[in-house]
Amino acid sequence: MTTTQSTSPGPRTVQGADLPEDDPFLPRPAYVSEIRGETPGITTYRIEFADPDRAACYAYEPGQFNMLWMPGIGEVPISIASAPDEGPGILHTIRATGRVTNAMTSLKPKSPIGLRGPYGRGWPLKQAEGRDVLVVSGGLGLAPLRPVVLALLANRERYGKVILMHGARTPKDLLYDYEYESWSARGIETLITVDRGDAAWRGRVGVVPVLFNRVTIDPKRTLMMTCGPEVLMRFAVAEAIAREIPAGSIYYSLERNMHCAIGLCGHCQLGPDFVCKDGPVFDHSQTARFFSREHF
Amino acid sequence: MNSSAAIAPVGETVVIEKPVLGSIIDRLWRDGYTVVGPTLAESAIVIDQVRAIDDLPIGWTDDQEAGTYRLRRRDDRAYFGYAVGPHSWKQFLFPPKTTLYSIEFRADSMTVKPNVDPVPSYAFLGVRSCDLHAIEIQDRVFLHGPYVDRQYQARREKALIVAVHCAVAASTCFCESTGTGPRAVRGFDLALTELESEFLVEIATPRGAAICDGIKSRPAAGSDLGAAARIVDKTRNSMKRSLNLNGLPDILYQNLEHPRWDQVAERCLSCTNCTMVCPTCFCHALEDVPSLDGASSEKIRQWDSCFNPDHAHMAGGNNRPDIRSRYRQWLTHKLASWVDQYGVSGCVGCGRCVTWCPVGIDITEEAAAIRGDQP
Repeated sequence: MTTTQSTSPGPRTVQGADLPEDDPFLPRPAYVSEIRGETPGITTYRIEFADPDRAACYAYEPGQFNMLWMPGIGEVPISIASAPDEGPGILHTIRATGRVTNAMTSLKPKSPIGLRGPYGRGWPLKQAEGRDVLVVSGGLGLAPLRPVVLALLANRERYGKVILMHGARTPKDLLYDYEYESWSARGIETLITVDRGDAAWRGRVGVVPVLFNRVTIDPKRTLMMTCGPEVLMRFAVAEAIAREIPAGSIYYSLERNMHCAIGLCGHCQLGPDFVCKDGPVFDHSQTARFFSREHF
Repeated sequence: MNSSAAIAPVGETVVIEKPVLGSIIDRLWRDGYTVVGPTLAESAIVIDQVRAIDDLPIGWTDDQEAGTYRLRRRDDRAYFGYAVGPHSWKQFLFPPKTTLYSIEFRADSMTVKPNVDPVPSYAFLGVRSCDLHAIEIQDRVFLHGPYVDRQYQARREKALIVAVHCAVAASTCFCESTGTGPRAVRGFDLALTELESEFLVEIATPRGAAICDGIKSRPAAGSDLGAAARIVDKTRNSMKRSLNLNGLPDILYQNLEHPRWDQVAERCLSCTNCTMVCPTCFCHALEDVPSLDGASSEKIRQWDSCFNPDHAHMAGGNNRPDIRSRYRQWLTHKLASWVDQYGVSGCVGCGRCVTWCPVGIDITEEAAAIRGDQP
């Protein structure tokens, strides 16, 4: 893990303080204040608003996302990977995979970037109070669930048993692996698996859904939140249903093409829902008819 | 009564000689409106600027069928003796390509500049009932959700609408079955019915009344209203196609794997024509266009279509990689999920998608095939 941090508090002139509040398409000037290499191809960026007033009124919930704008290249929806008390700014963990995210690899501390958000409906942390919580993720899917883990830890007494099942392709691809020990020590049963081990790996090998056999689940008390590749979520949902967790207690965060993030551009539709504003977090009782339907 | 006594009151119906419509067009231009309406161009009746009454396609009509559109001379000099063409008013309220904002950037800063270009005041001349419903539907999309589209709002608020009750239906029209025509019932400032040598003019708003102030007219008689009603009835009764919307959303949702989707996919070219001519389709792409010197960039908004392969592209792959899935998305959105999203069907029965489909795919036929024997 490598960390690059800026030493000065960003640009001196306050940008974006005079933009109209009511135009939802306008990105706000922001800048990168910290860059941390995570796993191969995945990087975490700390992003802060140029206008301190904007920063002061910015509030979000775990599971929401921002639109990040790379100057002259384009915008992408990226989920928020930090807890609200991890400021300054917001952490975004991003895989370099498309035109915009590849361009982000050239970002340096103090590089300007545009940010608008937060958007969407987040994870059901309130509904989870008093219940057992099952967090199931694969690969980069842990990024939008990291703020959930941190929120559960921050108010650990409000929840029953908390289990995290997380998997990655190889040990090198395990995201936030430097945090697992602390999560585990603070009361989260943390089960980690990889598809393929390496010489040094002493942990579990296998896909995430198999981990369901390693834990005891009380379906009446349990609420599941899952995020990862759609195939992983499909199997996680099937495992949950097989253990009689009701559809209304199964939550997942879905990915769709998004341009506007405000329900106007039409790209992210999933049947009656716009993933950007009605999601990205859905409960399975709401979306079962369309969830994982091929090519829908 | 105050000083506006000379203005015909809202709610009144008057009759004008046909050439007086020319005075109304002149008045609109003088009052600062850009008048757009039906004109002849490229072997079709399209919507463009109407400077004078002679710009209207007087004495022309259109023959339409699935995949076919032909102009034809009428044997009279009717001003509005045709149905809708390939254009709709959405190109003025929601232009095919606009700049949302520009950004100037340097190594360590950026400046965001919203597009503040002045928005034209349009007068829409000759808006049919189906298209009034389409405008109302796009209002729901762009104005009545949690986020308001400021550019659409600015154009919409300024637009003055002169409706025309349809005197002819194309063979592709089916607004009677979708409850969206052929008589315009709301959403206009003025509404015209074309009688033999006169127009019946319904004055619906103070803005409409102001435009009619001082024009040469006579009060409408009972016989005028009767003649106007008969014209619209005749249009209503002449419609050949119909779309049964009853229970359709559930029928479509229950038939997402129906073999008909494979059959239509064999014909559909995924050309996007249906979505471009549809007056309610609103999908759009946001794109960055950087300047050559790399110091600034414009955010462009452009019409997109669910038939474009990129529409469902994501980092994890293309969610709708084949024509079957794209056609299914279009039809189920238009006729099913649209109702969940906006409370009304996305189809206004204008028939444009039927006429302008190069292979003549007919939305009414496709919906009926999926419905099968279900009532």
